[in-house]
Amino acid sequence: MSNGPMSTTKKEMGDTRAPGDAPHGLHEHVPHSPVFAGARRRELDELLTRYPTKMAVLLPALWMVQEERGWVSAEAMAEVAELLDLTPAYVKGVVSFYTMYHQHPVAKHFIQVCTTSPCNVCGAEDVVKALLKHTGCEELGVQSPDGRYQVIEVECLGACGFTTPLMINEKFIESVTPDTVPELLATLN
Amino acid sequence: MGFPHTPHERETLVLSQHFGVQEAIGLEGWRKRGGYAALEKALRMEPAEIVAIVKESGLRGRGGAGFPTGVKWSFMKPGDGKPHYLCCNADESEPGTFKDREIMRWTPHSLVEGCAIGAYAIGAAVAYVYIRGEYTEALDKMNAACKEAYAAGILGTNAMGTGKTVHVYVHKGAGAYICGEETALMNSLEGRRGNPRIKPPFPAVSGLFGQPTTINNVETLVAVPHILNNGADWYTKFGRPENPKSTGTKLFSVCGNIQKPGNYEVAMGFPFKDFLYDLCGGPLKGRNFKAIIPGGISVPIQTREEAENSPMDYEGFVANGTMLGSGGVIVIDDAQNLVKQIARAARFFAHESCAQCTQCREGTAWTTKILERIVAGDGTHEDLDTLLDIGEQMTGKTICVLSDSCATPVASGLAKFRGDFEALIKRKKVYMVPAQVA
Repeated sequence: MSNGPMSTTKKEMGDTRAPGDAPHGLHEHVPHSPVFAGARRRELDELLTRYPTKMAVLLPALWMVQEERGWVSAEAMAEVAELLDLTPAYVKGVVSFYTMYHQHPVAKHFIQVCTTSPCNVCGAEDVVKALLKHTGCEELGVQSPDGRYQVIEVECLGACGFTTPLMINEKFIESVTPDTVPELLATLN
Repeated sequence: MGFPHTPHERETLVLSQHFGVQEAIGLEGWRKRGGYAALEKALRMEPAEIVAIVKESGLRGRGGAGFPTGVKWSFMKPGDGKPHYLCCNADESEPGTFKDREIMRWTPHSLVEGCAIGAYAIGAAVAYVYIRGEYTEALDKMNAACKEAYAAGILGTNAMGTGKTVHVYVHKGAGAYICGEETALMNSLEGRRGNPRIKPPFPAVSGLFGQPTTINNVETLVAVPHILNNGADWYTKFGRPENPKSTGTKLFSVCGNIQKPGNYEVAMGFPFKDFLYDLCGGPLKGRNFKAIIPGGISVPIQTREEAENSPMDYEGFVANGTMLGSGGVIVIDDAQNLVKQIARAARFFAHESCAQCTQCREGTAWTTKILERIVAGDGTHEDLDTLLDIGEQMTGKTICVLSDSCATPVASGLAKFRGDFEALIKRKKVYMVPAQVA
C-alpha cells in the first residue's frame, strides 16, 4: 500500500484534494513510528492536566504531530485517537475542519499568502504572481519542480496593516512586496 | 499609532502606551510599569466588587458585539458548586482587525493579568486564551509570559500569595475564522470541529465542557486592570459627554488604501474624519477615499460622506449606516474596483463557512459565484436582484451570524454603490454577433 487508507479511498472517489495538498504520489510508505514517546509524551501528559477531558488535548496533540512530522498522516491520527480515547474517524473529522493541519506532505518551504480584501486592495495578487514566478511553481498549490516551494493563497492572516503578510511554514513575515520577494526567497535555505 | 510606533498627539494611549517598547514584553519590565498591581488588588477583593466596578465603568465587549462586560460577568454565579471557565477570544480573524495581535506581541503580561482578574471575578479557576494558529509571534510571547507568571507565583494554586487558584493556559487554534464565534471557540477548545452551537443555552449557563463560561475579547480583558487601577469614573470620562453608552478608549486597526496604516488608540467618540485625515494621514497621493468599512469586513460599508460624519463609538457608527464592530478600519479608494473587493469578501465567507446551515453554505457560495461573474463582465441586471434575495435568505436564519456577515457587504454595497455594479454589467461581453442583414 503506497498510500494511506484514507487517500486511497479519496483517489477512488475522484481527486478532492484541497489546493494546498501534495499530489498523492508523494506519499511514500514509511512504517509509522510513534510521535508520542519520550519528551513529546511527557508534554502531552502535562497538557492533559490542564483540561477536564482528554478530547480537549486533540488540537494541541495534532500540532505536536505536525511539528514532528511536517504533516498529519492517517497513522498519526490513529495514534492520537488511541491516546485520547477517540476513534480515528473522529480525529480525521477534526483534522479536516482546520486549514492549518496538512493531510499530505508539503514542500520544504510552504508559503501561505493572504489575499483577502484588505491585502487585496494593497496589491496582494501581485505578490502571489511574484512568488510563483521566483519559486518556479507552475500554479497555486502545486510544488515547484525541485520540491522546495509550494505557494497557496489563504484567507486573512490578521496583519492587515502590514501588507502583504505571508507565512513560510511557522514563520510569519510582514510587508512583502513583489520587489522584496527575491531577497525573501534568498534567505531560505 | 502607525508603524513604527510613533504615537500621534491626539491619541489617548492606555492599552497601547507600551507598544514598541521591547522592555515591556518581559515580566520585570512589565512590573516596572505597574504590571500586576491590579491583580494583587483584585485578589483581595470580593468577586462581586470587581464585577460592580466593571459594570460602572461602562466597558463593553471589544470583539464586535459591544455587550456590557460587567453585565456579562454578573451572569456567572460564583459558589454554585460548578467549575466556571473564562475563555479569552484571541482568535482575531475578522479581516481588517489586528489590534489583539499587537496587544499580545508587545504587552503579553497585560493579557495574562486581565485574564487572571476576569477569571477570579467570575469564580473561575481556569482561563483559556484561544489564540489563532497563524499568530506565531503572539503565541510565543503569551506562552513565555504565562511561564514567567507561574515561575513568579503570580499564577497557580497560590496566586500572588493569596491562597487563591488562578490558571491561565494558552490554547492554539488551527486556522478557522469561525472559531472566533464564541460557541465555535468552545467547541474547538473541547477538541471538536469548530461548529457554532445553538443558543440558548447561553455560555453562562452551559458553555465550555458544559459548565458556566464567559468569553471575552483580548482588548476587553486588558482594559480591566486599568479600570481597577484608576477607577470606573476615570474610564467613563473617555467618550462624548452626550453619549454615556460608549466609554473608554478603543484600539482601531487601520488598513487598506491610506497613508499610515497601523493601530491607533482614541477615546470613544473621536471624530472619524479627523481620524482618517489627521491621524492616518489621509488618502494616498492623487487618490480619494471611496468606501470605508470601519468595524471589520462584517459591518456595512460606509460612503466617504457617512464616514466623515461619524463619531467613533458604538452609537455614532450605527447612526451613520454601519457598526463599530471590532474596530478594523478598511479603507478602499477610488483606484479600486469596489465590486471585486466585495466579491473577494464574499469568497472569504464562503471559504470560512462551517457549512452547518444550508442558508450559509449555499448562500455564501452562490453570492461569491454571482459576484465573481459580475466582476468578470458576465453579469446581468437580474443578478443584482438575485443577490439581494439570497442575502435576505441568509440574514437572521442561521445558528451564527457568519451568514449575515456575508450578506452585509453585498447589501450595503448595492444600496450605496449600485452604480459600480451596473457599470460592470453594462460592459457585458457580447458573445454572439447578430448576423448582418444584407
